[in-house]
Amino acid sequence: MSTFKPRDWGSHAPFIAPGYKSTISRGPSRPALAIKSGLTEGTGPRFAPATVRELDFDLTKNGITNGEPLGERIVVHGRVLDTDGRPQPNILVEIWQANAAGRYVHKVDQHEAPLDPNFRGSGRCMTDENGNYTFYTIKPGAYPWGNHFNAWRPNHIHLSLFGPGFATRLVTQMYFPGDPLLELDPIFLGTEDLVARERLIAKFSIDKTEEGFALGYQFDIVLRGRNGTPMEN
Amino acid sequence: MAYGETPSQTVGPYFAYGLTAGQYAYDFTDIADPTVAGPDAAGEHIRITGTVFDGEGNAVNDAMIEIWQADANGVYNDKPVDVADTGFRGLGRCGTGTDAKNRFWFDTVKPGVVEDAGAPFVNVIVFMRGMLVHAFTRFYFDDEAEQNGKDDVLQSVPADRRDTLIAKRVETPTGIEYRIDIHMQGDAETVFFDV
Ligand SMILES: [Fe+3]
Repeated sequence: MSTFKPRDWGSHAPFIAPGYKSTISRGPSRPALAIKSGLTEGTGPRFAPATVRELDFDLTKNGITNGEPLGERIVVHGRVLDTDGRPQPNILVEIWQANAAGRYVHKVDQHEAPLDPNFRGSGRCMTDENGNYTFYTIKPGAYPWGNHFNAWRPNHIHLSLFGPGFATRLVTQMYFPGDPLLELDPIFLGTEDLVARERLIAKFSIDKTEEGFALGYQFDIVLRGRNGTPMEN
Repeated sequence: MAYGETPSQTVGPYFAYGLTAGQYAYDFTDIADPTVAGPDAAGEHIRITGTVFDGEGNAVNDAMIEIWQADANGVYNDKPVDVADTGFRGLGRCGTGTDAKNRFWFDTVKPGVVEDAGAPFVNVIVFMRGMLVHAFTRFYFDDEAEQNGKDDVLQSVPADRRDTLIAKRVETPTGIEYRIDIHMQGDAETVFFDV
């Protein structure tokens, strides 16, 4: 068991980011109390490779009822690393997103855009021994939300990771390069640091693009490193 | 730092069909659910319940709570977590949108004291729409007053806020329940930890 470096608050949003209105009544108003991390924070759930079933990593197939889902097929490749640059093997990555029209399967989503009978929009994958993961999906559409007049979420995929310990838990969103909605989105802008914010945007990759089939994107995810490990440069 | 951390983003309002599909009756499997310890797990079987309140005192119906705890002997599970396991899993996940009163619940065993702690507790993460960064907290137990007094983390919390971390034992017709609410803001604001 080793402990993890403290969370780098400069890379994250504050609990209360007033541009994103719900944070005003939902974010803790007092600063989090620092504690020395111990066994609880250093350990965390692990998952067997069998947790990820055959089609879980392919959202273009795992929701099919009577045909192919509509929209632009994409393949997302990424590496899960820690802040010391060490690849993180066997990390479970959970994924969920809207369909190509910007509509979620979730019953509460009442956005007037069509559901796709062949797309559920959730899945999961696991990193290999080198920390690499891959999933196939449909590029999600933008959708309106009630935060302010004419508020639209940029295209995004939600990702949830259990890192090597409970302390490294991360829920984030992957965005797409060149999206004009990014600079207007209080959730993306909640991360105040400009450099940190850019880490939320995937890179288009012609090398990862599959001929005649799917556009390729690269999205690397960096989790907190362990205490006592030297930095790799 | 060689590499910068990926920023946290909100879980949003629509996580249920991805993260808590079974609980919300969506057609997808779960990797975790409100059962932390199945019927075959050793120890005192308990249920932990509570409500998440926002700063206006409203019960939050789109939060997701995760807990991670040691078994009855104070040992963390080092086997892979499996929702088919009828023994001790250690991990629990519950959304607040399926209970009529928007409560979360966990079926578990009372944890033992971990080697480097003074009292038994459960480690907790709170996610919801309106939180860009998740918050860590802990649940301690009100019938462990003596051990609670020896726990460094609990004792590092200002005395007037310690109660926000202590679950209350209640005997119910269906078994032992510990009740603890999470208040995001206000006079009773839960103590959150920078883990
Ligand atoms: Fe979303």
